[in-house]
Parts: sequence; structure tokens; C-alpha cells
Amino acid sequence: MKATIIVTLKPTVLDPQGITIQRSVQSMGLPEVTSIRQGKYFDVQLTDSIPLERRQELVQKLAKDVLTNPVIEEFRIDWEQKS
Amino acid sequence: MKFGVVIFPGSNCDHDCYYAIQSVVGRPAEFIWHQETSVKGFDAIVLPGGFAYGDYLRTGALAKFSPVMQAVKSFAEMGGLVIGICNGFQILTEAGLLPGALMRNSNMKYICKFLEIRTETTDTPFTNCLKQGQVLNIPIGHGEGNYFADADTLKKLEDNRQVAFRYVENPNGSIHDIAGIVNKNRNVLGMMPHPDRSSEQLLGSTDGKIIFESMVNALAGRAL
Repeated sequence: MKATIIVTLKPTVLDPQGITIQRSVQSMGLPEVTSIRQGKYFDVQLTDSIPLERRQELVQKLAKDVLTNPVIEEFRIDWEQKS
Repeated sequence: MKFGVVIFPGSNCDHDCYYAIQSVVGRPAEFIWHQETSVKGFDAIVLPGGFAYGDYLRTGALAKFSPVMQAVKSFAEMGGLVIGICNGFQILTEAGLLPGALMRNSNMKYICKFLEIRTETTDTPFTNCLKQGQVLNIPIGHGEGNYFADADTLKKLEDNRQVAFRYVENPNGSIHDIAGIVNKNRNVLGMMPHPDRSSEQLLGSTDGKIIFESMVNALAGRAL
């Protein structure tokens, strides 16, 4: 079982890295790109036997307590769809 | 009176702090390896600058899980003096011992230079030998020193006079020009500038020494 956690800066927090990238992209001739926000991406592998409720609780806790700094960042979780 | 200087994997100002306290200020200091689970016997704890855990994940984010940090937390809760310098400040915010966060400098550059900070309060164990408004000549060396806190937190910091130092000229985009803050109980200080690198004339300034001397002064007062 795999979860993907995407961490981004809160919309209200200035992202100097994103701004710098966006400016560079403009100077390479892509003026249509009006904003870039940089974030982080974590692939998290879990044991398959874990119950659904526990699984969600665990990944929430991991994202909230470790992978993000709640002062400046927020996160979302994408669950891998088993085909 | 004994100072403990914590060493995390990646700390690189541990010896600077040790030297400033032991040899310049003339008070006993000992290193504490981050795997220690107790800080018993120490009167003040220093979290030095550097790049704990290589700044992986976020600056200071992994250091908060080092076993010693539980002991430092309890020590701080009981009123023990804790000073975090540079990376130490980042660790203190990540560990929840100080509010706010330190973000990438607004100009995206690592800045290493001497600058001036203004003393905003003398009512702390770290600034009691300074004068209100006293300007210190002190170096910074960081890429992530851009202090940020939400409006509510900032209001509380200002209302409780928890801002210890402000930059005279803001180098990194810090909100309210903040260079250092104390916690509500005033026994934990975090600051980006380096008193350890400005404690003797050979290094260009002795202003930083007054911060360590203030701690000595505060601890001496407690012992009475």
C-alpha cells in the first residue's frame, strides 16, 4: 500500500524559490507562466495488512508531525489506486 | 555553573560555542552528544549552529527527534536556560520550544557577514547585561534565517516583549526585522546571529560575549 504526500507552502507564505524559478522561466521565453510554487513529494510504503482506519490515521500523523511544518506548510495525501 | 553544548550530527559551531564559554567567558562547558537522554547537572544548554542532519527535510526538522531534545524540552519546561544559535534557533522552532519558523532568505542567498542588531528587551536572562536599544556588531551565516510567524503569534510576541533582537537593516526578509526571540517564560532564546563568533576582539567583535555573560549573571542570581 502506497501513499503520496505532497507538501506545499501555505498560499499566504512567500515562496522565494518559486518566484526565482518563475522569473527564470519568463526569461527563457515563456511569459505565459505566471506563477510557480515549489513543494515536496514523499512516497510512503505501508504494510498491506494495515486496517483502513489505522492507515489513514498513521499517514495523517506522519504528514502532520514530521513531513510538514504547520507554521508555513500544508499537505495533501494521494492514495495509490490498486487496479 | 556548567554549560552544556549539544552536538548533533552536522553541528559545526559546537566548538565555537564551547571555546567562547570555556576560554573567553571562563565558565565550565561540556559537550553533550545528541543521543544522550539526560541533561542532568547542566545549568544552561546551548544548541549550536551548523546543519544538523544535513538540513534534510527542513532545517532543524530531524534534530527535534534526537533523544537529547526530550531532555532539553523538560529542562526548558522547568525553567532551565536554553540558547539556540542559528541552526539551534531553527531546531528550537521545529521542536516547538519557540513559536514561528525560519524560512529561506528572501534573496535566496546564503548570507555570511557582520551586521548590527538592536537589543529590544533587557528583561531576559540572555540580555540582562545589555542596555535597552544597545546595538551589537555580530555576524550572521545562514541561508534560512527569514523568520516567519502568523499575525496572532506576532502580536503575542510583541505584546509580551518576546522579541529580544531586531536587525538594524533586515538582511533576510524576517518579519518585523526579527533576529532573535525568547519564549513566553523568557528562559529560551533563539537567535540567528552568532554570539559565539563575536566573543573576542580577534574575531572582530566582543559584543556577543555580553549574551553569554548575561546568562552567567542570571545563573549567579538564581544561585543566591
